Amino acid sequence: MKRIYLDHIACTPLRAEVVEAMLPYLQTHFGNAQSLHQEGQLAAQAMEEAREKVAALINAQPAEIYFTSSGSEANNFALKGMALARKDRGHHLIVSAIEHQSILHSAKFLEKLGFEVTQVPVDRFGQVDPEDVRRALRPETVLVSIMLANAEVGTIQPVKEIASLCQEKGIPMHTDAVAAVGNIPVDVKDLGVDALSLAGHQFYGPKGAAALYLKKGTRILPLIDGGIQEGGRRAGTEDVAAIVGLGRAAEIARQEMKIWAEKLQPLRDYLIRELPSRIPHVILTGHPEQRLPHHASFCVEFIEGEAMLLNLDLKGFAASSGSACTSRALKASHVLLAMGLDHATAQGSIVFSLINGTTREDLDELLEVFPPIVDRLRKMSPLYTQFLEDKKQ
Amino acid sequence: MIYSEKVMEHFQNPRNVGKIEDADGIGQVGNPVCGDMMTFYIKVKDNRLVDVKFQTFGCGAAIAVSSMVSEMAKGKTLEEALQITNEKIAEELGGLPKNKLHCSNLGADALHAAIMDYKKKQEAQMKEREKKEKAEGEVKEEAACCCPYCEGPIEGLENYCTHCQIELVPCPHCGHYTSKGESTCAHCGANLEA
Repeated sequence: MKRIYLDHIACTPLRAEVVEAMLPYLQTHFGNAQSLHQEGQLAAQAMEEAREKVAALINAQPAEIYFTSSGSEANNFALKGMALARKDRGHHLIVSAIEHQSILHSAKFLEKLGFEVTQVPVDRFGQVDPEDVRRALRPETVLVSIMLANAEVGTIQPVKEIASLCQEKGIPMHTDAVAAVGNIPVDVKDLGVDALSLAGHQFYGPKGAAALYLKKGTRILPLIDGGIQEGGRRAGTEDVAAIVGLGRAAEIARQEMKIWAEKLQPLRDYLIRELPSRIPHVILTGHPEQRLPHHASFCVEFIEGEAMLLNLDLKGFAASSGSACTSRALKASHVLLAMGLDHATAQGSIVFSLINGTTREDLDELLEVFPPIVDRLRKMSPLYTQFLEDKKQ
Repeated sequence: MIYSEKVMEHFQNPRNVGKIEDADGIGQVGNPVCGDMMTFYIKVKDNRLVDVKFQTFGCGAAIAVSSMVSEMAKGKTLEEALQITNEKIAEELGGLPKNKLHCSNLGADALHAAIMDYKKKQEAQMKEREKKEKAEGEVKEEAACCCPYCEGPIEGLENYCTHCQIELVPCPHCGHYTSKGESTCAHCGANLEA
């Protein structure tokens, strides 16, 4: 069966050039990048080239890029490493209510160590009000971490404004930009952040290759102690092939990102316009304009997300959902709840995230296939029956 | 695929979906906060589930479980249906992922809740009937009453059973007769000494 992949936020397919760039480092150029011999030096050189390419993508210096194994590791590294490095200054952090679990759980970990964490709220579009951050700032605040774009609702945050507030007070700021980098222009100097997380699988690179940008002079404690890799800040033998892939993906994204967005944004808007017009009781989640160019997310009322996903999968479509049933923890999405949606509505979460190559025809097929699925599930739903009965009265 | 073939089959072709308008029992469990919500409707005849229907808000497992429960329960006596456990449901479905086992709990609970609802309604009906009969009985008692011991009519003398040859007193609480001198009413157990 023909497959239509609309789950960019889970991961993107690898670009052929990326795979091609990686292969030698899985085969002939297998050396350990820390070795002095030629095999090792070949790997080290490739890694440094990748560092330059990743740095160029976000307008950083190569020495400011620390490779990690995942976006989650980069987030853990930033939050725990930066907070602990500054614990002599204070014990207060600020994050938003809709951060990725790797931020929220790291914050929880720090709470256990005695830190105090303020979660700033978001509005119904999933956006943080910089004023809330300003009000939450204290003399003992040691770190602020607000994401650049949310993967579940696509909303882009006013990070630049928040960073300038932090700068005024001399408080370092980190941003989880995993969902954003490689998809929208990200310039660390323009944003004014001190640290930023990114991951290759969000822009046609490999999984297992990510990075933390750390502005020169920013203090951090390593999470992984050991050898001298990554300037002694992140020990462990490097996955050279994955890093090379990340570098190549960054290079391509830097050149083509604008073209991708120009193609995907109208398709996104088409889906955002068409889906609610073909299916009643569908709500767009996230900000209508300030959102990722490939991201269309909704809540379909009266039904549950996993049941939609399974049906779509059987029809050849890959999408994702933030419903309780799709998460192993069986909790409704903290993002949607923070935006003020009730549990029942949040359960109907569905996210279509387009990839480079998604066509209008793909979306037309989706728009054909999806309404009958919703209809069938609603006919089964006691909530829908209840709604219809209430309407009659 | 995270689900067994059987789960997917029931998910795609759920049996007995819908609502029974004149259901004898309705059981609703779960809520959108926990993720799933199931409503079971049953029709009972001669102590047997002659029809079972359901409505479910929930994931693939929740829908498959509902469908399987409805199939397992249909045609069974109430006692047999109450023996349907979450383990049996999961087993019939060829297993469920660990974090979805709670769906099979919900399925069993919803069915049992519908049966309990039916039983409650039956009891309520019975009480209603008794009350009615009692009300009718009271009318009768005023005209011709019965002896609580031989159940024979009180004829001739008032407050005296000629058959048992005992004196009777009407209970101030329910109106039925009890042998004079008894401390409690033979019919309703009310204290007669007070």
